Formats: sequence, structure tokens, C-alpha cells
Amino acid sequence: MEFTFTRQEEAFREEVDHFLKTELPADWAANSMHWPGGYGTMEIGDEEKKQISRDFKQKLAAKGWLTIAWPREYGGKGHSYMEQAIYDERISYYRAPGWGIATSIAGPSILKFGTERNKQDWVPRIAGGEIEMWLGYSEPNAGSDLSGIQTTALEDGGEYVINGQKTWSTMAHMSDYAWLIARTDPTGHRHKSISLFVVDNKTPGITIRPLINIAGEHSFNEVFFDNVRVPGENMIGQKNMGFYYLMTALDFERLLVGIGGFRFVFERFLDYIKTTERDGVPLGKDPLVRWKMAEIAIKIETAYLFFWRTAEMLDKDQIPSVESSALKLLTTELSRKMADVFMEILGSYGLLMPGSKWAPFRGLSPRGYLDCISATIGAGTSEIQRNIIALRGLGLPVK
Amino acid sequence: MELGFTKEQQILKASARDFLKKECPLSMMREMQVDTKGFSRNVWKKMAELGWLGIIIPEEYEGTGGNFIDLAILLESMGEVCCPGPFFSTVVLGGMTLLWAGSESWKKELLPRLADGNMILSMALMEPGMGCNPKGMRAKIESKGNDYILTGTKLFVENAHICDFLLCVAGEETGPSSRKELRILLVDPRSPGIHLTPLDTLAYEKQCEVVFDHVKVPKENALGLEGEVSQILEKLHEHAAVAKCAELLGIIQTSFSKSVSYAKERKQFGRPIGGFQAIQHHCADMVVAVDGARFMTYKAAWKLSVNQPAGMEASMAKAWTSEASRKVTVLAHQIHGAISFCDEHDIHLYYRKAKAGEIAFGDGNHHLEKVASRLGL
Repeated sequence: MEFTFTRQEEAFREEVDHFLKTELPADWAANSMHWPGGYGTMEIGDEEKKQISRDFKQKLAAKGWLTIAWPREYGGKGHSYMEQAIYDERISYYRAPGWGIATSIAGPSILKFGTERNKQDWVPRIAGGEIEMWLGYSEPNAGSDLSGIQTTALEDGGEYVINGQKTWSTMAHMSDYAWLIARTDPTGHRHKSISLFVVDNKTPGITIRPLINIAGEHSFNEVFFDNVRVPGENMIGQKNMGFYYLMTALDFERLLVGIGGFRFVFERFLDYIKTTERDGVPLGKDPLVRWKMAEIAIKIETAYLFFWRTAEMLDKDQIPSVESSALKLLTTELSRKMADVFMEILGSYGLLMPGSKWAPFRGLSPRGYLDCISATIGAGTSEIQRNIIALRGLGLPVK
Repeated sequence: MELGFTKEQQILKASARDFLKKECPLSMMREMQVDTKGFSRNVWKKMAELGWLGIIIPEEYEGTGGNFIDLAILLESMGEVCCPGPFFSTVVLGGMTLLWAGSESWKKELLPRLADGNMILSMALMEPGMGCNPKGMRAKIESKGNDYILTGTKLFVENAHICDFLLCVAGEETGPSSRKELRILLVDPRSPGIHLTPLDTLAYEKQCEVVFDHVKVPKENALGLEGEVSQILEKLHEHAAVAKCAELLGIIQTSFSKSVSYAKERKQFGRPIGGFQAIQHHCADMVVAVDGARFMTYKAAWKLSVNQPAGMEASMAKAWTSEASRKVTVLAHQIHGAISFCDEHDIHLYYRKAKAGEIAFGDGNHHLEKVASRLGL
């Protein structure tokens, strides 16, 4: 039992920290409008910010930090998952554009399940930060129950022809490829008839339409597939095994909790409380404020320990499954709780949106209050996480 | 970062479980509930032989020379079976106070006896009208020749009726300013002027009221240097809170696993109740509560074991674990249904122990306030 980093890990953490402090604009983290745990307010920004993000990502790719824990033969650094977790923590603390679907979800999944051809085709480009992906899972009639998808991919002369509709497709409009599930055997068993594909956004027949979320951002899209022809080699792994790959891909996704963001935003709010008076009394002297802030601090600390546990497991060649669900459940419920507490403490001021006169804390709280709704729904609702813990973890009966 | 046990720690855990399963089944708690002493001398001796009583006592005082994590492992295992007896008051409260505040001669005299099972200790700290803060303490000490004269009433003195020494905290008026100097006195509970009254408690613990009516205590029985006692009490409070978390962890882990097993067996509507999502989600919430308690408790225990400041971690652990204890043991009753409301069923033993542990050494709110202060609020 050892609740501390090794000397090597500590040095790596210092290196990442120093890099982030020097390579990002000084006010980058402070200006971030992303609510921790939320899926709808991730940084998009204006053209200038987008360019900074792109340049920054190239620097990360050059350092090999987009693929820290990947094997060296596939362009990775061959570091431990604990170092990967340390990196993720620092990146999310500074709200830096240093992660993506391709590197965090598609890459590890391809390394695990992909054919040799899949690895040759995609791994170097992902590792080089050349391509970004979006997740083509949900459909209008398949949310929590992903095995109910209706989008089909039917074989036709060495190619697959995709028809159907995806929705809640986060950042599809800013990505290059879809990481997509579709039914390859429409008459087969629900779980044994789905395959996983990488599909180029530029393929004819794809239409992407924006869905504006409740925070007013264009993060979601609905994506239509009309006779979209995809080369057979774009199928990941084996045919009709996609649903099982997806379960593991989701386990990876649930590790992406942006843990550092919770601490960063909490610290800034703590500063605000320390320097703000209400009715002539410092906010921090109010016992209810004190207790609520202490509660959040404790939940953040617990979430960190759940986070480090998943890294520890990966380093022991175990894929955190129930553990990533527990982490996802805890952090996203915390996302809600934190928004709740901030709003309660701010009172009327909490209603003032970003940019408004008198908006405290840059209006992040009401934005968070809206975005936190997505936290406990995206990547599997809290109820789905509890199902996973109960069924996979505790072995409770399905019926 | 290594959140799990080392090999040695795993072995300690496994052997503690085996021993307690055999020597201290849950039926023991029920027997001890009506037993006036409240513990088995036989089991106590065996614990001494295993080196448990001296677990945190250095080898130079004939202890086992373990660290705080080893202690936490034992306490967790004891929590799993609601082990009755004076382990906590002797080893944690008495043993640590002696280690920190005892003179070399007291340590040489008492610690080996503690380790070999011949020294039961208890701490007399709380008083009527006093919370966790020793500032409100009224028990007083007067100096008279080579003796102190101790007067006051102490509450929640666990195992006072069986202990060999009471460590009683009281204030000595040291000057005209009525400023009190806190002292810890080693008091023989058989001294004239001491009156014990057992208190009947929810968790079947052997708590006592101890009235000290002009009790004569030799001056050499005072522990701790002048001005040092408050700090020692603070440090003890911190360590005891984490130790209590470890015990609670065992309590809620078992309460939780019993509930999961029951949910798999118990059938209603033609299927195991564990097949219903309402029950499954209760169980999943228990997982988060228990795992959180484990990580937070052992992080604090680890910090204490390597002598790093752990005030923040201790309070965070106690706040989380206190809340988790209440939540988990209530859900355990809900899952077990009406049978859990019957005395013959065991699950209420955990409910009782959890409540007592939740309150001991600062409840959740007490520690939230401590966390807030440490956050700079």
C-alpha cells in the first residue's frame, strides 16, 4: 500500500506540468468555460482558440504524449498507465486540448481488437495526432440499449453499405472519421450482429446536422448515412463482434472523466468564496457554505482515488470495467452536485450567464448547471453504471 | 500508487479473518451483550499471542513493531465480526497515548504488559455537556504534596469496569489567571473515591460513567510534558478517527456483502430480489460508498504510517466513512426487509455498531467543519 507517486512518476508529472505552464497561454485554464464532467461545453472556441488547440496538439504528438501508454512499436512511449493517468490529470486540470476520441478510445481499442491491417492503417495516424474521431453509437431509438441500433452495414463486393442515423454525435462536425457501430447481420442475435467501423466523414452520403444543446453550444449533431460505401478493411476486428468491442471501448471512455477539471474549478470557486462577502460577512464564515464546500472537496478526493485505481489495474493488465463504471458514476454525480452547490451559494448571482454584467465566476456556474445534466446521461446514464456494477461486478441476476 | 495490500498485509488480513471467524463469531457479540465483563479473557490472550495487542508497540517495548496500516487491517477485520472487547480502548487510545506521552519508565513498565495481554486500558475524556473539544472540560486536579487530587465526572469511558489503568484527562489550575493546564493521569480504577456506573448503549459497548471524588493520584502518574497535552489529544483524536474508520470499513463491508448474498437468495415475484433494478441500484450505491471508505481510510492510515501530516486525510476519511456507514447499514436493512427488524437476525448488529462508530471521534459534520478550516475557509 503506497498512496504516492514513484520518483519517476513525480518527475514525469513535473515535466507535464512545466510543459503545460509554458506552452499554453497563461490565462487558458482560467478562461475555460467547460464544466467538469459535462459533455456539452467542451472547448470549441473561436478560430484563434481552434488554431491554438491544433498547434498545441501537434506539440503533444511530437512529444509522444498523445499515446503515452501505447507500445513503442505502435508509436507510443511505452509508459505505464499510471503515467498516462498522471498526464490526463494534469491536462484536464489545465483544461488543455490534449485528449481526443481517437487517441483515448479508438486507438486503445484497435490495439486490443484490431487486425494487423487495422493497426497499420490507423495507429500511426492516430498516434501522430493527424486524425480526430467522433463516436457513432447512439441512435434515435437506441440510447441506453445500444444493442437495439437500426443502422445497417451490408456487405457488397468487398465493401459495406451503411444506411441509418446516428445522434448526440459530439463534435462530429469537427472530426475526420466516425468510430461507428452498425448492424452487419440484420437477422442475427442482438449482440452478435453488430460490427465496428472507421468511416471517413467525407464519404458521399453522409449528412451532418447540428443540434444545439441546452448550454447554447453546438456540440451535438445528428448524422445521416444514405448508402455510404465503406471499404471492407475499415471494419475493426472481426465481423459481428462489434458489440463486445464496444463494451470495452466504453470502459475506456468511462476513464475519461477529466478528473483535474474538478479540482481546478473547485479551487477557483474556493478563492471566490474566500474573497466575497455577503451581508457584510465573508461567505466562508457561513457554516452551510463551509460544510458544502468540504463535502465537495471530499468527493473530489474520493474520485481521485477511484481514478488512480483504474490506472493501477491497467498496469496489472486488467481492464477496469466495474471500476470505470464506479468512477464514471461518482464523477458525474459530483459534476451535478458541484453545480448544485455553487448555484446554491451564489443565489441570484448564480443566474447570471457568461458575459452578463455582475456575473460572478465568469458565469461558469449557470453554464455548469445546464451542462451537468449531460454528465449523468452521456457515456451511459448513472442508472446504466449502477446496472453494470450490480450485474458485472456483484453478479446479481439479470432477472 | 498502490491502493491494494502488499503480500505481508494480505497475509495479516487473511490470518486475522481466519482467527476471528473461529474465535469471535457474531454470536460472541450477543453473548457479551449480557456478560458483565463484555469480553473473553481467553480470546484476549490469544490476540496477545498473535502479537495483535502490541501491533503498534515498538519491539524495544516487546511489541510487534507494526505500523498504522497493520493496526487498521486488524481493526477492519474486527469490524467485520463486530468483535467485542477492549482492543480499541487499550491498543488505540491507551497504547498510543502511552507511546506519545509516557515517560521512559512508564513505557518500559506498561507497554510490555499491554502487549502480552495483561494490561487493559481506557481513556476518560468526555464529560457531561462536553463535545469533542477539551476546552469545555471541568474535571480538575489539585496539587497536594506528592499527589494530585482528581475530581470530576467522565462519560463514555469504555471498559472502565475491567481496565487496569484509566487515562484520565483533567485540568490543573496553575496560577491566578484560572488558566488550566491539561494533564493525563494514569489512575488505578480501584482507587478510593472512584464510582463506576455502567451506561446502557445502542451498540452494546461497555460504556461507563466514572465519577472521581477527590481521588488521590501520585504525581509521577502524570503523562505528557507541560503544555504538550492538548497537542497529544489532538493527535490522538486524529489517529483514533482513522482507526475508527478502519473498524467501520469492516462493519459496512460485511453489512454490504451480506445484503448482496441475501438479494441473490431471497425470492419474491418468482425471482431473486437481486434481479430487480431497485435492489441492484441500492447495491451499486453501496459499492461506491464502501470502496470510497476503503480508499479514504487507507490513504489516511498510510499517511499516518509514514509519519506525514494527515489531518486533512483523517477528517476527509471520517466524514466520508461516517456518512457511508449510515447509508450502507440502512440500505442493508431495506434489502433484508422485515426479518432484519427481528432481534434474532444479525444485520442490526452492524446497524448498531455503525451508528456508534459514526459518532465516535467526531461525526461527519464535525469533520466537515475540520476540512473546511483546512481548506482555508
